[in-house]
Amino acid sequence: MKAVQQYIDLLQENRTLIDNHSAPVLNALRDTAIADLQTIGLPDTSREEFLHTDVSAFFAPDYGLNLARVKRVNDPKEVFRCHVPNLGSNLFLFVGDNCHAMCKQSEFPQGVIACSLHEAALSHPHLVARYYGTLAHSDNDGTVALNTALAQDGFFLFVPRGVIVEKPIQLVNIMHGQHDFMACRRLLVVIEEGAQAKILSCDHTIDKGNFLSSQVNEIFVGKNATFDYYDLEESTLNTRRVASTFVRQDEGSNLLINGITLHNGYTRNNYYITLDGPHAESRLYGMAVADKRQVVDNYSFIDHKAPECTSNELFKYVLDEMATGVFNGRILVREGVQKTSAIQTNRNLCSTKEAHIYTQPQLEIYADDVKCSHGATVGQLDNNALFYMRSRGIPEAEARMLLMVAFTHDVIDMVRIDSLKESLHKLVERRFRGTLDKCAGCRICQ
Amino acid sequence: MKKDKKDYTENIDRTKNAAVESEKIINEVTSSDYKYGFVTDIETEIIPIGLNEEVIRLISAKKDEPEWLLDFRLKAFAHWQTLEMPRWAHLDIPPIDYQAISYYAAPKKKEGPKSLDEVDPELRDTFNKLGISLEEQMKLSGIAVDAVMDSVSVKTTFKEKLAELGVIFCSFSEAVKDYPDLVRQYLGSVVSYRDNFFAALNSAVFSDGSFVYIPKGVRCPMELSTYFRINAAGTGQFERTLIVADDDSYVSYLEGCTAPMRDENQLHAAIVEIRAHERAEVKYSTVQNWYPGDKEGRGGIYNFVTKRGLCKGDHSKISWTQVETGSAITWKYPSCILAGDNSVGEFYSVAVTNNRQQADTGTKMIHIGKNTRSTIVSKGISAGYSQNSYRGLVRVTAGADNARNYTQCDSLLLSDHCGAHTFPYMDIKNDTAVVEHEATTSKINEDQIFYCNQRGIPTEEAVGLIVNGYAKEVMNKLPMEFAVEAQKLLQITLEGSVG
Repeated sequence: MKAVQQYIDLLQENRTLIDNHSAPVLNALRDTAIADLQTIGLPDTSREEFLHTDVSAFFAPDYGLNLARVKRVNDPKEVFRCHVPNLGSNLFLFVGDNCHAMCKQSEFPQGVIACSLHEAALSHPHLVARYYGTLAHSDNDGTVALNTALAQDGFFLFVPRGVIVEKPIQLVNIMHGQHDFMACRRLLVVIEEGAQAKILSCDHTIDKGNFLSSQVNEIFVGKNATFDYYDLEESTLNTRRVASTFVRQDEGSNLLINGITLHNGYTRNNYYITLDGPHAESRLYGMAVADKRQVVDNYSFIDHKAPECTSNELFKYVLDEMATGVFNGRILVREGVQKTSAIQTNRNLCSTKEAHIYTQPQLEIYADDVKCSHGATVGQLDNNALFYMRSRGIPEAEARMLLMVAFTHDVIDMVRIDSLKESLHKLVERRFRGTLDKCAGCRICQ
Repeated sequence: MKKDKKDYTENIDRTKNAAVESEKIINEVTSSDYKYGFVTDIETEIIPIGLNEEVIRLISAKKDEPEWLLDFRLKAFAHWQTLEMPRWAHLDIPPIDYQAISYYAAPKKKEGPKSLDEVDPELRDTFNKLGISLEEQMKLSGIAVDAVMDSVSVKTTFKEKLAELGVIFCSFSEAVKDYPDLVRQYLGSVVSYRDNFFAALNSAVFSDGSFVYIPKGVRCPMELSTYFRINAAGTGQFERTLIVADDDSYVSYLEGCTAPMRDENQLHAAIVEIRAHERAEVKYSTVQNWYPGDKEGRGGIYNFVTKRGLCKGDHSKISWTQVETGSAITWKYPSCILAGDNSVGEFYSVAVTNNRQQADTGTKMIHIGKNTRSTIVSKGISAGYSQNSYRGLVRVTAGADNARNYTQCDSLLLSDHCGAHTFPYMDIKNDTAVVEHEATTSKINEDQIFYCNQRGIPTEEAVGLIVNGYAKEVMNKLPMEFAVEAQKLLQITLEGSVG
């Protein structure tokens, strides 16, 4: 309760400051969010969905907030560059929650709006208001309520009907600074009928302070639209992250979400996907490589509201040292939602006695003409495969590494951007080799 | 050409007819009524409704219990008062007024029957209606039957034969009198009265049950079996079973239940405790067919059971097999604590729900010892408006090296209003563990029905074949005598087409 109170106090004291540095559309939801936060508090382990990770503890430390929207760096390029070779993306850099556009609006096709949420809320208030906060309700999850109450900025993408955005959009979120800091970001994506877009979001931490990143994503995928969302986290042990992604898919839409956690401290990812129109297809993939005291907790809830939809879920964890992995996947097929196909798989490798995995796949089915399955395994590397490789002269450590890399490949193979796929393969391999995942030219890597 | 067209339309008609037919059959299945509903009128001695310390003292006094057992009951009651009824299960449980239940009902004491002829003819009729003739059972199948009519054991058979081997198989109250040390040593050692709400309630008010002790090195020569019936209106039944298998012993225990038709809900909160010592093996099979309520979900038994086995010794094994067809609400998780090294736990279950029945059932496998293995096979079948959930936990503790688990949960849906759910939990804290979980949910395969139809098997039989085949993996684990009854039950529950 103490953790919540400090935020409520802060909100009450600085309400004018927050409102003044934000947009009316965002401010409109704050009162309800604060009320909700007061009622439900921040989730702790007493809630079934948060059984193994006490999220309220993430929020307990006293973090600094950049409520007055002070530009923290003059030239963001100096801070960090996360280069994916040959990706050719349109880049937006977030330092904390300050958005720096590294590309021009003219790079995007006609009608596309891609800019900071703050800007969009001022220039297109009606458009933003129509979608903002309509999926991410603050009355169920205290972290969403807190984010809604505090959020001042984020990223907004609007792709009008029939428009295809070829170039991926890359969002690089950087936590930096000498002081403990908390960033509240929003992502609002609206893909209209028949449109297509891809977003790659990378989280990085480049200083040693304690950071908390609170992210709420709302994604609307229109009829027959296609949207890819890649989410890569490479932070530090002192970083806590709570990211909730809410998606609504209309008829015939196609969604791909791929969440990859390579370095982190405490991470809680929530995915809420609603299949609202028939023939929609949803693919949700996730992967985590964790060691030391890393904690990776993925929660997913796929709600089949319309018939003849397909959902496919695959999560893989490789846990070493004292790491903890949590997977909780819930699939709900509502009454009368026939011809549903829902597949969920969770596979885990535990390398030490101290590494823990908690997995809880759930199926709730209220319709009969469905094909639903889930599978979960926990195990070790195949001894026969190890022996085979060693008998051919590959040292054991190398053989192990190769098998672990191979284990994660099928998640990365789902990526629909070739250059990103290649880059991820390399990144993961380097992660396993223990060489810090150095990118082409960032500050820490140099 | 014309003829072809005619054939074609005929074919269409036939397909349509088949569809109508299969719908009809499904309707019939889901509308079949409970066949074993009848009330036997035996004078019972019922204490007034309500639950307080007085009532517990009264139960204890009526049963002539020693002081330590009364203490145990009172402690459990005190603890129960601090608890709230758990609400986490995927069940919609109407509020239960624990003060509106009578906690003790015993058939009036008569002179103990010396042979079957002396047994109350009405009671014998009851068994005959159920198709369990005691004579037949005694003579033909060699099963010792400890028949529990309401709360007190009425008749125990084959005692002498078992006594030769040193096997103790008697009612709980007898055991308290004749073997107080054994009962005292093991009572509550697997399911403590602090375990959960219903365990505390049972520990406070348990009426009777069975006690089994298999001495060292004895292989019990027959299947031990208890038939339970809940008989007097408005009484809850709180039986307690305690099975202790000493080193190198083996026993197979059968529990079967049918209940008379009732309008008001009846509460049933039982405890089964099993303790297996070094190299001992216990096989526990259940067929449960309590009154599930009528088609609208009125009445029916509430079945909240705590069943747990402790594989205490190395190389011990406990195996649960259950066929659940009855009860309005089932809440039951037979579990194994695999404490001994190389111990084995098994759970095989078929749960069928129809009409408005609700079931939340599954198992827990707690791996503590080294090289422990567990297998879970759960088959759920839902029809009508029923809700059927599997909920299971596999926990591998840090010391449980080389633990192995295989879990398979399949759900079959027979109507578009029912629900099938799976909630498995896996907590793994050891890197040498290999744990697998698989679950599927689907409706009955139309291709298979079509295939059978093609070969002249009507849809009704086809559905029966498919369901029986689907449940076979579990049925095979039942002892012969039980498998037949279980198959019948499946048929009755899903009567018409699905059986």
